[in-house]
Amino acid sequence: MLLFNQLETYLYLAIVLFAIGLYGVLARRSLIALLISVELILNAASINFMAFNRFLAPHPAVGQIITLFIMAVAAAEAAIALSIIVALYRKLKTINIEQATELRG
Amino acid sequence: MNFLSGLFTPQGVASAAFVLVMAITILGALIAVAARNIFHNVLGLALSLMGVAGLFLYLNSPFVALMEILIYVGAICIAICFAIMLSEPLYLPKPPRNRLKMLGAVAGAGLTFVFLCLLIRKTQWTPAVERSTDWSITTLGHYLLTNYALIFEVISLLLLVAMLGSIVIARGGRGSS
Repeated sequence: MLLFNQLETYLYLAIVLFAIGLYGVLARRSLIALLISVELILNAASINFMAFNRFLAPHPAVGQIITLFIMAVAAAEAAIALSIIVALYRKLKTINIEQATELRG
Repeated sequence: MNFLSGLFTPQGVASAAFVLVMAITILGALIAVAARNIFHNVLGLALSLMGVAGLFLYLNSPFVALMEILIYVGAICIAICFAIMLSEPLYLPKPPRNRLKMLGAVAGAGLTFVFLCLLIRKTQWTPAVERSTDWSITTLGHYLLTNYALIFEVISLLLLVAMLGSIVIARGGRGSS
Protein backbone atom coordinates (compact mmCIF):
# COMPACT_ATOMS: atom_id res chain seq x y z
CA MET A 1 0.00 0.00 0.00
CA LEU A 2 1.55 3.25 -1.13
CA LEU A 3 1.70 6.23 1.19
CA PHE A 4 -0.19 8.56 -1.14
CA ASN A 5 -2.96 6.06 -1.80
CA GLN A 6 -4.19 6.02 1.77
CA LEU A 7 -6.92 8.24 3.15
CA GLU A 8 -5.33 8.40 6.61
CA THR A 9 -2.13 10.08 5.34
CA TYR A 10 -4.08 13.07 4.09
CA LEU A 11 -6.25 13.23 7.20
CA TYR A 12 -3.23 13.25 9.53
CA LEU A 13 -1.51 15.90 7.40
CA ALA A 14 -4.67 18.03 7.55
CA ILE A 15 -4.71 17.65 11.34
CA VAL A 16 -1.07 18.79 11.54
CA LEU A 17 -1.90 21.87 9.46
CA PHE A 18 -4.98 22.54 11.59
CA ALA A 19 -3.02 22.27 14.85
CA ILE A 20 -0.29 24.60 13.56
CA GLY A 21 -2.92 27.12 12.48
CA LEU A 22 -4.71 26.84 15.83
CA TYR A 23 -1.44 27.49 17.65
CA GLY A 24 -0.94 30.58 15.48
CA VAL A 25 -4.42 31.90 16.26
CA LEU A 26 -3.91 31.37 20.01
CA ALA A 27 -0.34 32.62 20.33
CA ARG A 28 0.21 35.44 17.82
CA ARG A 29 -0.82 39.02 18.50
CA SER A 30 -0.43 40.70 15.14
CA LEU A 31 -3.71 40.78 13.23
CA ILE A 32 -1.99 39.86 9.96
CA ALA A 33 -0.38 36.81 11.60
CA LEU A 34 -3.83 35.80 12.81
CA LEU A 35 -5.16 36.04 9.27
CA ILE A 36 -2.30 33.85 8.01
CA SER A 37 -3.11 31.22 10.65
CA VAL A 38 -6.78 31.24 9.66
CA GLU A 39 -5.75 30.59 6.06
CA LEU A 40 -3.81 27.53 7.25
CA ILE A 41 -6.90 26.23 9.06
CA LEU A 42 -9.08 26.73 5.97
CA ASN A 43 -6.51 24.82 3.92
CA ALA A 44 -6.65 21.91 6.35
CA ALA A 45 -10.41 21.82 5.79
CA SER A 46 -10.00 21.79 2.02
CA ILE A 47 -7.45 18.96 2.20
CA ASN A 48 -10.01 16.95 4.16
CA PHE A 49 -12.73 17.60 1.59
CA MET A 50 -10.44 16.64 -1.29
CA ALA A 51 -9.26 13.46 0.46
CA PHE A 52 -12.81 12.28 1.17
CA ASN A 53 -13.69 13.19 -2.39
CA ARG A 54 -10.84 11.07 -3.75
CA PHE A 55 -11.35 7.99 -1.58
CA LEU A 56 -14.98 7.83 -0.44
CA ALA A 57 -17.40 10.06 -2.36
CA PRO A 58 -19.78 8.68 -4.97
CA HIS A 59 -19.04 11.45 -7.46
CA PRO A 60 -15.65 13.15 -7.81
CA ALA A 61 -16.96 16.60 -8.81
CA VAL A 62 -18.68 17.45 -5.53
CA GLY A 63 -15.63 17.72 -3.30
CA GLN A 64 -13.75 19.79 -5.84
CA ILE A 65 -16.64 22.24 -6.09
CA ILE A 66 -16.81 22.54 -2.30
CA THR A 67 -13.07 23.23 -2.23
CA LEU A 68 -13.49 25.96 -4.83
CA PHE A 69 -16.24 27.44 -2.65
CA ILE A 70 -13.93 27.40 0.38
CA MET A 71 -11.27 29.20 -1.67
CA ALA A 72 -13.71 31.92 -2.73
CA VAL A 73 -14.91 32.39 0.86
CA ALA A 74 -11.28 32.60 2.01
CA ALA A 75 -10.54 35.24 -0.61
CA ALA A 76 -13.56 37.30 0.46
CA GLU A 77 -12.60 36.92 4.11
CA ALA A 78 -9.02 37.98 3.42
CA ALA A 79 -10.18 41.08 1.52
CA ILE A 80 -12.49 42.17 4.35
CA ALA A 81 -9.95 41.39 7.08
CA LEU A 82 -7.16 43.26 5.32
CA SER A 83 -9.31 46.35 4.82
CA ILE A 84 -10.27 46.23 8.52
CA ILE A 85 -6.57 45.95 9.40
CA VAL A 86 -5.70 48.98 7.28
CA ALA A 87 -8.56 51.00 8.79
CA LEU A 88 -7.56 49.92 12.31
CA TYR A 89 -3.95 50.92 11.73
CA ARG A 90 -5.04 54.31 10.47
CA LYS A 91 -7.10 54.85 13.63
CA LEU A 92 -4.92 53.31 16.37
CA LYS A 93 -1.42 53.30 14.78
CA THR A 94 -1.02 49.65 15.77
CA ILE A 95 -2.28 46.25 14.66
CA ASN A 96 -1.56 44.45 17.92
CA ILE A 97 -4.79 42.83 19.10
CA GLU A 98 -4.01 43.52 22.74
CA GLN A 99 -4.07 47.26 22.09
CA ALA A 100 -7.30 47.29 20.08
CA THR A 101 -9.58 47.63 23.13
CA GLU A 102 -11.85 50.47 22.05
CA LEU A 103 -15.02 48.51 22.89
CA ARG A 104 -13.96 47.62 26.42
CA GLY A 105 -15.86 50.61 27.82
CA MET B 1 20.12 -2.04 -1.66
CA ASN B 2 16.56 -3.20 -1.95
CA PHE B 3 15.37 0.24 -0.82
CA LEU B 4 17.60 2.01 -3.36
CA SER B 5 16.39 -0.08 -6.29
CA GLY B 6 12.82 0.44 -5.08
CA LEU B 7 13.33 4.21 -5.22
CA PHE B 8 13.83 4.21 -8.99
CA THR B 9 10.55 2.57 -9.92
CA PRO B 10 7.69 4.95 -10.83
CA GLN B 11 6.00 4.25 -7.49
CA GLY B 12 9.24 4.96 -5.66
CA VAL B 13 9.72 8.31 -7.38
CA ALA B 14 6.08 9.22 -6.73
CA SER B 15 6.42 8.28 -3.05
CA ALA B 16 9.62 10.30 -2.65
CA ALA B 17 7.99 13.32 -4.30
CA PHE B 18 4.98 12.90 -2.03
CA VAL B 19 7.14 12.90 1.09
CA LEU B 20 8.88 16.03 -0.24
CA VAL B 21 5.53 17.75 -0.81
CA MET B 22 4.37 16.86 2.69
CA ALA B 23 7.62 18.20 4.16
CA ILE B 24 7.22 21.47 2.20
CA THR B 25 3.65 21.85 3.46
CA ILE B 26 4.52 21.35 7.12
CA LEU B 27 7.75 23.36 6.98
CA GLY B 28 5.94 26.28 5.33
CA ALA B 29 3.19 26.14 7.94
CA LEU B 30 5.76 26.18 10.74
CA ILE B 31 7.50 29.21 9.21
CA ALA B 32 4.11 30.87 8.80
CA VAL B 33 3.34 30.76 12.53
CA ALA B 34 6.76 30.68 14.20
CA ALA B 35 8.90 33.32 12.44
CA ARG B 36 9.00 36.71 14.15
CA ASN B 37 9.25 38.80 10.98
CA ILE B 38 5.74 39.16 9.53
CA PHE B 39 7.10 39.11 5.99
CA HIS B 40 8.69 35.70 6.58
CA ASN B 41 5.27 34.54 7.80
CA VAL B 42 3.71 35.40 4.44
CA LEU B 43 6.50 33.67 2.52
CA GLY B 44 6.04 30.58 4.71
CA LEU B 45 2.31 30.66 3.99
CA ALA B 46 3.02 30.79 0.25
CA LEU B 47 5.40 27.81 0.56
CA SER B 48 2.82 25.82 2.51
CA LEU B 49 0.09 26.59 -0.01
CA MET B 50 2.33 25.42 -2.85
CA GLY B 51 2.69 22.15 -0.93
CA VAL B 52 -1.08 21.90 -0.56
CA ALA B 53 -1.43 22.40 -4.32
CA GLY B 54 0.98 19.48 -4.79
CA LEU B 55 -1.22 17.36 -2.52
CA PHE B 56 -4.23 18.24 -4.68
CA LEU B 57 -2.29 16.97 -7.71
CA TYR B 58 -1.85 13.66 -5.87
CA LEU B 59 -5.61 13.67 -5.21
CA ASN B 60 -6.36 13.61 -8.96
CA SER B 61 -7.49 17.24 -9.18
CA PRO B 62 -5.14 19.35 -11.32
CA PHE B 63 -7.78 22.06 -11.78
CA VAL B 64 -8.18 22.68 -8.05
CA ALA B 65 -4.38 22.59 -7.63
CA LEU B 66 -3.97 25.34 -10.24
CA MET B 67 -6.79 27.35 -8.63
CA GLU B 68 -5.04 26.97 -5.27
CA ILE B 69 -1.85 28.50 -6.67
CA LEU B 70 -3.76 31.19 -8.57
CA ILE B 71 -6.08 32.30 -5.75
CA TYR B 72 -4.05 31.66 -2.61
CA VAL B 73 -0.44 32.22 -3.66
CA GLY B 74 -1.22 34.68 -6.41
CA ALA B 75 -3.97 36.75 -4.84
CA ILE B 76 -4.26 36.33 -1.08
CA CYS B 77 -0.52 36.31 -0.29
CA ILE B 78 0.06 39.38 -2.45
CA ALA B 79 -2.89 41.15 -0.80
CA ILE B 80 -1.40 40.34 2.62
CA CYS B 81 1.94 41.80 1.43
CA PHE B 82 0.14 45.03 0.51
CA ALA B 83 -1.53 45.13 3.92
CA ILE B 84 1.86 44.68 5.61
CA MET B 85 3.26 47.57 3.61
CA LEU B 86 0.27 49.77 4.50
CA SER B 87 0.39 49.01 8.22
CA GLU B 88 3.12 48.81 10.86
CA PRO B 89 6.71 49.45 9.71
CA LEU B 90 8.93 46.38 10.06
CA TYR B 91 11.83 48.14 11.81
CA LEU B 92 9.87 48.88 14.99
CA PRO B 93 10.91 46.72 17.98
CA LYS B 94 8.43 43.94 18.69
CA PRO B 95 7.03 43.40 22.18
CA PRO B 96 8.55 40.35 23.91
CA ARG B 97 6.62 37.11 23.81
CA ASN B 98 4.64 36.03 26.82
CA ARG B 99 5.95 32.57 27.72
CA LEU B 100 2.89 31.49 29.68
CA LYS B 101 0.57 32.42 26.84
CA MET B 102 2.67 30.51 24.30
CA LEU B 103 2.65 27.47 26.58
CA GLY B 104 -1.13 27.69 26.78
CA ALA B 105 -1.38 27.94 23.00
CA VAL B 106 0.87 24.89 22.56
CA ALA B 107 -1.23 22.96 25.08
CA GLY B 108 -4.51 23.91 23.39
CA ALA B 109 -3.30 23.08 19.88
CA GLY B 110 -1.64 19.86 21.08
CA LEU B 111 -4.76 18.66 22.87
CA THR B 112 -6.88 19.33 19.77
CA PHE B 113 -4.30 17.46 17.69
CA VAL B 114 -4.36 14.39 19.97
CA PHE B 115 -8.16 14.40 20.13
CA LEU B 116 -8.54 14.53 16.33
CA CYS B 117 -5.88 11.81 15.88
CA LEU B 118 -7.77 9.50 18.24
CA LEU B 119 -10.99 10.33 16.39
CA ILE B 120 -9.48 9.33 13.03
CA ARG B 121 -7.98 6.16 14.50
CA LYS B 122 -11.36 5.12 15.87
CA THR B 123 -13.46 5.82 12.79
CA GLN B 124 -14.14 3.18 10.18
CA TRP B 125 -14.12 4.81 6.73
CA THR B 126 -16.40 3.09 4.21
CA PRO B 127 -16.31 4.15 0.55
CA ALA B 128 -19.53 4.71 -1.36
CA VAL B 129 -20.93 1.58 -2.93
CA GLU B 130 -21.01 2.94 -6.44
CA ARG B 131 -18.24 5.36 -7.37
CA SER B 132 -18.01 7.28 -10.61
CA THR B 133 -14.58 7.30 -12.25
CA ASP B 134 -15.09 10.45 -14.30
CA TRP B 135 -12.38 12.85 -13.10
CA SER B 136 -12.15 15.13 -16.16
CA ILE B 137 -12.20 18.91 -15.90
CA THR B 138 -14.93 18.98 -18.56
CA THR B 139 -17.30 17.17 -16.22
CA LEU B 140 -16.40 19.53 -13.41
CA GLY B 141 -17.20 22.56 -15.55
CA HIS B 142 -20.41 20.94 -16.71
CA TYR B 143 -21.52 20.35 -13.12
CA LEU B 144 -20.55 23.87 -12.12
CA LEU B 145 -22.89 25.31 -14.74
CA THR B 146 -25.80 22.86 -14.38
CA ASN B 147 -26.30 21.03 -11.07
CA TYR B 148 -24.24 23.39 -8.94
CA ALA B 149 -24.99 26.66 -10.75
CA LEU B 150 -26.35 28.13 -7.51
CA ILE B 151 -22.94 27.73 -5.81
CA PHE B 152 -21.33 29.49 -8.77
CA GLU B 153 -23.76 32.40 -8.48
CA VAL B 154 -23.42 32.61 -4.69
CA ILE B 155 -19.62 32.75 -5.04
CA SER B 156 -19.85 35.66 -7.46
CA LEU B 157 -22.34 37.52 -5.26
CA LEU B 158 -20.15 36.92 -2.19
CA LEU B 159 -17.05 38.23 -3.93
CA LEU B 160 -18.93 41.31 -5.15
CA VAL B 161 -20.23 42.10 -1.66
CA ALA B 162 -16.80 41.51 -0.11
CA MET B 163 -15.19 43.80 -2.69
CA LEU B 164 -17.68 46.63 -2.05
CA GLY B 165 -17.43 46.13 1.71
CA SER B 166 -13.66 46.29 1.76
CA ILE B 167 -13.65 49.44 -0.34
CA VAL B 168 -16.14 51.08 2.05
CA ILE B 169 -14.20 50.04 5.15
CA ALA B 170 -10.76 50.95 3.83
CA ARG B 171 -11.91 54.39 2.65
CA GLY B 172 -12.67 55.37 6.22
CA GLY B 173 -16.16 54.12 6.95
CA ARG B 174 -19.61 55.58 6.50
CA GLY B 175 -20.04 59.32 6.40
CA SER B 176 -16.55 60.31 5.33
CA SER B 177 -15.81 61.13 1.76
